[in-house]
Order: sequence, then structure tokens, then C-alpha cells
Amino acid sequence: MAHFPKWKIILAVVVSLAGFIWSAPNLLPRETTDQMPSWWQPVSLGLDLQGGSYLMLEVDTSYVVREHLNSLVETVRATLRKERVKYAELGLSGKDTVKVRILEAGDREKIRPELRKLDSTAAFDMTEDGTVTWYYDENALRSRINQAVDQSIEIVRRRIDEMGTREPSIQRQGAERIVVQLPGVKDPDRIKELLGKTAKLTFHMVDDTATPDDARAGRLPPGSMLLPSAENERGLPTSYVVKKRVEVGGDLLTDAQATFQDGHPVVSFKFSAAGGKKFGDTTKENVGKALAIVLDGKVISAPRVNEPILGGSGVISGGFNVQQAKDLSMLLRAGALPAPLGVLEERTVGPDLGADSIRAGAIASVVGLVAVVVFMALIYGILGLLADVALVLNLVILLALLSALGATLTLPGIAGIVLTMGMAVDANVLIYERIREESRNGRSLLSAIQAGFERAFGTILDANLTTLAAAALLFSFGTGPIKGFAVTLTLGLLTSMFTAITVTRLMVALWVSVRRPKTLPL
Amino acid sequence: MTFYSRLIGNTPKFDFLRLRVFGLTLTVLLILGSFASMGLKGFNFGIDFAGGLLIETQTAEKADVGHMRNVLDTLNLGEVSLQEFGDTGRDVMIRIQRQEGDEKAQMVALTRVKEALGAGYEYRRVEIVGPKVGDELKVDGALAVGLAVLAIAAYVWFRFEWQFGVGALAATFHDVILTFGLFSVTGLEFNLTTVAAILTIAGYSINDTVVEYDRVRENLRKYKTMSVYDLLNLSVNETLARTILTVATVMVTVVALLVLGGEVLRGFSIAMLWGLVIGTFSSIYVAIPVLLYFDLRSGADKEGEEGAEPAAP
Repeated sequence: MAHFPKWKIILAVVVSLAGFIWSAPNLLPRETTDQMPSWWQPVSLGLDLQGGSYLMLEVDTSYVVREHLNSLVETVRATLRKERVKYAELGLSGKDTVKVRILEAGDREKIRPELRKLDSTAAFDMTEDGTVTWYYDENALRSRINQAVDQSIEIVRRRIDEMGTREPSIQRQGAERIVVQLPGVKDPDRIKELLGKTAKLTFHMVDDTATPDDARAGRLPPGSMLLPSAENERGLPTSYVVKKRVEVGGDLLTDAQATFQDGHPVVSFKFSAAGGKKFGDTTKENVGKALAIVLDGKVISAPRVNEPILGGSGVISGGFNVQQAKDLSMLLRAGALPAPLGVLEERTVGPDLGADSIRAGAIASVVGLVAVVVFMALIYGILGLLADVALVLNLVILLALLSALGATLTLPGIAGIVLTMGMAVDANVLIYERIREESRNGRSLLSAIQAGFERAFGTILDANLTTLAAAALLFSFGTGPIKGFAVTLTLGLLTSMFTAITVTRLMVALWVSVRRPKTLPL
Repeated sequence: MTFYSRLIGNTPKFDFLRLRVFGLTLTVLLILGSFASMGLKGFNFGIDFAGGLLIETQTAEKADVGHMRNVLDTLNLGEVSLQEFGDTGRDVMIRIQRQEGDEKAQMVALTRVKEALGAGYEYRRVEIVGPKVGDELKVDGALAVGLAVLAIAAYVWFRFEWQFGVGALAATFHDVILTFGLFSVTGLEFNLTTVAAILTIAGYSINDTVVEYDRVRENLRKYKTMSVYDLLNLSVNETLARTILTVATVMVTVVALLVLGGEVLRGFSIAMLWGLVIGTFSSIYVAIPVLLYFDLRSGADKEGEEGAEPAAP
């Protein structure tokens, strides 16, 4: 006992000091710690403690694929028309293939290279009878979906940033999901509403060769489609026949702002240089005709083009109220989602409940701690008090680790800490019981203490490693708060091994050399 | 002399194994009972697994639950349960079953509830779990529990002998099934926190078992001629003081959580309390007696050698 290795003493002192340093920010008010460097911050609280909203979103991947295939169909149509090639049966075949048949044998070889390079990610094939297929294997579709999810995350981030939420966290989960965590958000309805919109804006020419009634009767010209109008002003048509061809898309917008025109809220927009030129050309060629402004498959308005619009900017008026105009301009600025998002899971905790939970957790922890401390002192006297010091040190180091690692503390996480206290003491109980036993078997005081620590170590290690196995599984399968529980339980077990064994042993050695007891006070 | 050393003087000499037949019978009956309840009654799944909505409201004055129930009944949302909790009478927990249809249907239900209740309600907590996530969480939870039991048994087998692995497997299985049984019989809400509780119980119970096994292993080396029956009894008795003390300290902390931890942790604390009792029981009456039915001596003498094959659990 007397020759305690120096490096162990130094290690114990350094670790304890570090524990105090890194756990200290948790005692300071938030305004103070906000000024502190990022490595010296209090533990971050989970949404269940600080209040906020958790949303799990899923990207509609079948939409992504369908959209991609449809756009290839339109490109093929445009290419064949431009080259004046006769074709038939253009369309989708199954869920992963685009198909067309080139009618005249003479065209086939001529057009082949052009068709092949339309999409290099697809497997291209042309048969004897002129049937051309673009087939997407799983990898090609997956990479397409992957891209769409990445893009969605970016758009979600921009939209949430526009709403001015404090410290949002937006993370990808798995192949097609996005987890959004919004601390401090009390009512996520508006966020859900705004994330639920794809906000795909397109400009189409209205097809004046057919009326909506013709279309409903089945007389829809090829290359045109029937679209409903957004429910806004009364007195306007409920649907329009518009050309499928997109004249200009919302992806070419550079800015959009809510403003007023003649006292009505409108959205003004500005195109990029390329978009402005396209928009200018379209309006120049179609003076006198109606241009439909389509948002997410609904016609917002279809104003007549009175003169060419060459400045690259314009306004959308659709009978909006102020809020709608603001929302639309925000959505247009942030950009369109590549596919609709669905909310799979929502968990919202109000800030009051969070504060109540913190209070309940803190009281339970303190009461648990005091009870354990008193209990140990009663049972083991002075050695029990040494174990108590180790226990408190354990909590300090645990808190420091959680803070330094940037782990998130949840309510089940607090339960994990409370539980660790009980288990940490177990190591001391094992050691002390062993010392008692060794001393009963006739060993001298010093030798009994030494043997007690050494023999109990193997037991403690085995017992804790099995618990760690369970905690590790909890971590890998758990989500949200449960993960928080696994984190504190795991870290708590690790720190308790250090404090209950090394630190307690150091203190017992110190006690023995100072007080030189003759008998075991157990 | 402290209070405690007067209480427990020397190593006690209880004959735990004398009651082994009673213990094993009780164990088997409890496990069968748990299975029966799970099969016949099933679980009261919370929204984590069943999907649906959970809304915690608070009103400024005492809540009028009857009025709330009437209002919500007009919405035809299927099974709706309202539960007052806390001691001010202002807190009400609304649980609404999973709505037919996809994830959107759940969100629509929330909007309708908020509209129907009108102003005056503060929504302290809202949780909505769609059908897809609920099913996935079920699979994940089952997988975590299953793997934990196997991982624990594998670790014990690796560190001790295969007989000990079998004993640990039996004890952990016992604890897990009985906790499932508790939730099924009492109708306590079974949610994600319950899964965490079950894994913690498994971890705690194995901790207890390993401490006893460790002593058995040590005694096997120390007393080469003692009968296995006496040796197992001795080992349990030698670790008894530690078992009692540790159970007591953990129990103290769990009771603190149960009484003071608030509504969210209540189910977890009840499960943990139950787990402490059955975990301690299984360490003595499942994990230890199982060893009696194996030839421990041959295994212990060949310490460190490979050769024994694991028995099918």
C-alpha cells in the first residue's frame, strides 16, 4: 500500500482536476457560457429537457424516380421531334425503364448515338425492330435518390433558416430520411406546413385550342394537360388547359420578395441572366396569350402577356393574403424540393414541461445521491465516506465528459446517471466486503486491504463489462432519448470504474499512512 | 464496530439450494404465466410501437375531463383515452389510437383535436408516430433485447465456462420474460423506455450473477474436494452481504426516481424496481441451481482449455 505508483497519483489528480474544469460551465448562467469557447460549454440538453420539436421526414423516393423517368421521356420526345424522327410507344415501361420505338429503319442508326447520350447513367439498348430502352439498375436509381435526399436536406435547411429558428439541427438518417430538431419551437404546425410544400414553380403557356370542358370530355390535345387552379379568388376558372412544356422553371429564380401592388399583396421575383432571357423570349413570342404560373401542379394565376417582359423580373398576383405572399416568396427563395416530404414522426415538448422534467430529474438525482451517501457512511463508517467522495467525484467527471464530448442529456439520460450512482457504489461494496473477508481469514490490516482491492478488481471488471454490452446494444438500436440513456449509463460505468477503484484506493492508502489504524473499521 | 458489522457478523450459512426445486418450479410457473398473459392479453403498447397520438395538455384551471371527452368523442377518432395526472388536476394526457391510412392521417387528427378543443389549452407535449415508424421501432426493440441476452450469455461463456454461459442465459431469459409478463399483466404502457428498462434489468441482473459466478469459480479452485452443492451454497452466502447492500443502494436510487422523477419516468422506475427483485432472485435461484446439473469439476480443472461444447439453451 505504501508504494503507490507515482503515475497513478498524478493521473488521478489530473483527471479529477479536468473533471472539475469541464463540469464547471454547468453551474454558470447561460448568458455567461454563450461567451465561452466551444470546448468549454455546459452539457447540451435534449429536446425533452429544453423543449422543442423533433420531426422525422421521409423523402418520397418513388416520386423522385418517377419524376426522373418522366423528364427523360420529355427529353426523348423533344430530341426526336427536333430530328424529325418518326416514333411510337414512347413512355415508361415498369418502374425503371423508358421505352420508345423508332419506326423507320433508316433513322435508327443515325439517331442512336444521340439517344444514347441523353442519360449516361442508364443502360442503353436498341433491338432489331427499333425498340430503344433506357434501363436504370438499382445503383443508378439509388444514386439518383441519394442526390435528391441531399438536395432536400439543403432546401429544408434553407427554409428553416429563413424562419429564423434558433440552432436547428438537420441530419440525414438512413437512405431516405431527414431528422429535424428544432430547440425552442413550441408549435411546429407552421414548419410542417412549409416543409410540406414542394414549391415547384413553373411557367407554361395556356393552350387556347381546348377548354377545360373539352379536356374533361377526353379531347385533350397531346402535349397539353389539365391543371386545377389554386383555391384563391372567386370568379376565376377552376381549371386550365396548359401546355406540358415548361417555358421557364423556378430553379432559375434568384430572388423573390413579398410586396404590394395596387394595395394587394403580391410576390415579386427576379430571374437569373439565363432565366431572364428565356422569360423574355417566351413573352416576346406570345404577346396576347395567357401565361400560366403553376405552383405544385396548381395554377396560381394565368395573366395575359400584354407586352414582352425583358427585364428578367415580374410579379405573381394570386389573391394572396399577406402571410401567403410572405410564405410563397420565402419558399421560392429557398428553392423547390426535389420530391414531397412526409412527416413520419413528430415529438414536441413545451419549454415548461422541459423545465419541470429538469427539476424532477435534479431532485431525484440529489435525493438519490444523499440517500446513497448516508447509507454508505452508516454501513462502512470512514471508508464509506471515502467511497462517497469517490462517488461525488464520479458524478463530476461524468458531467465533465458529457459536456466535453458534446453529448446530449435527456430525461432517460438523467435516469441513467441516477442508476449509475447505485451501480458505482457496488464496486466499493465489492471491495470493502472483500477486505472484511480477507481480514476475517486472518490477514493483517494492510495485507487485507491490498488483497481486497486486487481480488475484487476482476469481479468488478467482469460484472461491468456485461452491463456495458447491454448498454452498447441500447446505444446502437435506441433513438433519441433512449440513446441518451445508453450514453450516460456507458460513460457512468467507465468513470465509476476509475473513481471506485483507482481513486478510492488512493484515498484509502492515504488514510492508512496518515492515521495508521490498528484494526479494520468495518 | 459500525452499525452494519453488528448486524451481519460472519459469513451466514443459509442452505439456499435446499429450496431449489421450489425456486425452479416458481420460476417455470412465472415464465409460463407470463407467456400465457402475453398470448391472451397482449400488451398495452404506447404510441412508440402502436402508432397514434399522445397529447399532454394543461389548463389554467382544473381541467373538465368530461367536457374534453365529449368534445373528442364527436370527432370519431377511434379509441381515445383521457387520463388526469399530477396533483393540480390541470394536467390531462390524451391518447388517441393510430388513425387509418398513412402518416398524413395522424397529422390531420392532431389538427382536428386542437380545433375541437379550442383555446385555453396549453399543449405541453405532442407526440405523433406514424404506422411505418411504429413497426420499425418494434423490430429494433425486439432485436436489441434478443441480441443483449445472447451477447451477455456469450460474454459469460467466454470469460467462464460454457455451463456458466447456459446459467447466465437462463437467468437473463427469466428476467426479460418476467418483465414482459409484468407489463402484460398490469397493462402498464409498453413503450421505448420499457425496452431501455428491460435492457438495464438484464444488465443489472447479469452483474449480480457474474459476481456470484466469480466466487463460484474461485471456490472451485480453492476447495478441490468440497461437494458442488456445498460449494454453490458457500459462494452465495459469501456474496450475500454484498448482494443485500447493492440491492439496497440501487433500490434507494430507483425509489427516488419513482417518487420524484415525474410522469415520463414512472413506467421505467416501476420496471426497474421489479427488475431488482426478480434479478436478485434469478441470480440465486436460476443461475446458481443450473450449475448443479452440470459436471462443474471437469470444466474447472481444464481451466483455459478449449474442448467443452456449448449446450443448446
